[in-house]
Amino acid sequence: MDAPATEPDAGIAAGSGPLRVLIADDSDSDRLILKTLLTRLGHHVLDAANGHEAVALFHSGQPDIVLLDALMPAMDGMEAAREIKRCAGERMVPLIFITSLSAAEDLARCLEAGGDGFLSKPYNRVMIEAKINAFNRMRLMHQTLSDQRDLMHERNRKLLEEQHVARRVFDNVAHTGCLDAPNIRYHASPLSIFSGDVLFASPRPAGGMLVFAGDFTGHGLPAAMGAMPVAETFYGMAGKGFDGADILREINQKLVHILPKDMFCCGMMVEADFELGQLNVWNGGLPDAWLVRSSVVLFRLSSRHLPLGILSTDQFSVEMETIRTLPGDKLLLMTDGVLECSNEAGELFAERGVRHAIEGLSSGLHPFDALMSEIRRFTGRQKFRDDLTLCCLEMFYQEGLAALPEGTVPSSLAGPAEWNCVYEIRECTLEKFNPLPLLLHICMEVPGLRRKSGEIYTLLSELYNNALEHGVLELPSEWKYTSEGFCQYYSERAKRLSGVSDHYIRFSFHHEPMHWGGRLRIICEDSGQGFDFQNHPALQSMEMEQSGPRYAGRGLILLKRLADSIRFHNQGSRVEISYDWYF
Amino acid sequence: MSIHTRRGHDGKTLIIKIDGRFDFSTHQAFRDAYEHGGTDIQSYIVDLSQATYLDSSALGMLLLLRDYAGGDDASIAIENCNSDVRKILTISNFEQLFIIR
Repeated sequence: MDAPATEPDAGIAAGSGPLRVLIADDSDSDRLILKTLLTRLGHHVLDAANGHEAVALFHSGQPDIVLLDALMPAMDGMEAAREIKRCAGERMVPLIFITSLSAAEDLARCLEAGGDGFLSKPYNRVMIEAKINAFNRMRLMHQTLSDQRDLMHERNRKLLEEQHVARRVFDNVAHTGCLDAPNIRYHASPLSIFSGDVLFASPRPAGGMLVFAGDFTGHGLPAAMGAMPVAETFYGMAGKGFDGADILREINQKLVHILPKDMFCCGMMVEADFELGQLNVWNGGLPDAWLVRSSVVLFRLSSRHLPLGILSTDQFSVEMETIRTLPGDKLLLMTDGVLECSNEAGELFAERGVRHAIEGLSSGLHPFDALMSEIRRFTGRQKFRDDLTLCCLEMFYQEGLAALPEGTVPSSLAGPAEWNCVYEIRECTLEKFNPLPLLLHICMEVPGLRRKSGEIYTLLSELYNNALEHGVLELPSEWKYTSEGFCQYYSERAKRLSGVSDHYIRFSFHHEPMHWGGRLRIICEDSGQGFDFQNHPALQSMEMEQSGPRYAGRGLILLKRLADSIRFHNQGSRVEISYDWYF
Repeated sequence: MSIHTRRGHDGKTLIIKIDGRFDFSTHQAFRDAYEHGGTDIQSYIVDLSQATYLDSSALGMLLLLRDYAGGDDASIAIENCNSDVRKILTISNFEQLFIIR
């Protein structure tokens, strides 16, 4: 801990301590009388016979108080006073004129020259002592105030410096992920170095993106403390292939644990599937997100949940709203700072402002730009009151593999090369648990597979989703690809999942080293009946005949593109693939 | 801003009435209001008929009261909110935690 800069000594504060007193008087006898008098009072005296000497002694002797004769040869008291006050700068050195003058104008000139008071000749011991004590009290008070001010400046400087350092650490943890992707526009204006708002985006291992926007209660450091674990959880889990619901559950649990009862985080999780043209949105306490097609508001996604960090895990709901999109559709999400912007009349921007900006959109203008310029126009010279975050996510057409991230290049030496593993999930676990991150994790133990994490994840998720949705739940895949069947598909999926009985999905892995690298074989089996594919009307090509209708469309194309071989058995309820990797 | 408390007719309900802005500046007063309400209090009513504004720190204070009053077992009603205040409570879905009327 730092000690306080200077504590005034109690004795001096009471006026009893010795002071350094500079006196200037051209009369040798007067000077001697004054000097003797002050020395007897216990002070240390510096004496000068004229203004020049006084200024020189002021520089060398650093006196606490100055007594000046007003009229002296070779620079008089007035001029010396001006010079001394100039030298003293911010330091408070009381300057008292000793004078036999009594005309008001003369005395006024003394004060204008920088004098703080008068002592009249001839000297009076009692008066001199009283004046010196009084001016010393003033000097000490001034000293204390300046010291406190300097201390505050210093503390503030240190605090800001520490915050800047902490900010760098914070930025490394709560980095912006893929917010610089071409389909994302965003604006974040923190009220202080640390913001109560967070905005994260991450690509998903099998394509698509996750975006999270959050608004903590409060601003600054306490809010930023909560943001750190949210960032770690989001990026850590998103990279491993967990879906938005899993990540929300984890974030909520963490925040309930670490935040005080009165702090929470309003938030929104967006899962964007560009290939299917689908958005899944969870909104807990943030303003509506707006889905915009050209200048038409298609949907508003309102808050349907309590904010994060309030409910215990068993009460917390991760149910998301699913909406169908077209390439070019834009989702605008914002924190309440946007709605709470005010103009000079004190009116709020509010939802009216957002709607006005979007619906007045001229062709070719991006809704993000339109909204930002509308906010700037509205607020004028007013400053933004709250943390303000605005983000626009644009849907675009993406083939499943377009955005697969290449993982880090690993050493090919360590890690398991020959292994088998069987993992089976059964019954109600099929409803409640997503095994993909775990299965990916097992495969990622092989260093050679690590930089192929996107492809492996895609293979696993295609196999798993096919087994679950078409094998176990017997959902017809045609539904998913028409707008009429889309809603039906997802409501039926949820309904059938809750009633799963006598079912399993089993993954068997086999990995062996090859002279070129390695080979991973995956067998995915499910307890579903499969389809009578020979009589199915959707069967047209040989490929379809081999696979059964369950692999129509996207799934089959993806699997064929990624795997080196693929075989179907039992009407598609057992699929074997083989995947080679190279050094 | 000011906060007044009184007991309801049944003697076991503490009515906390907030006038003006319900924000961070009321933190200590609000806390004092429920902590000094008496040990025999079984339910709480937060009367917002005179509250003009409510911010996220006020939501936090309501959560503190809820925790003090027994968490999931707490009986707390929030009454007479104006439409702005009601909207803030609705966006945060606080009707899942409090009786709002």
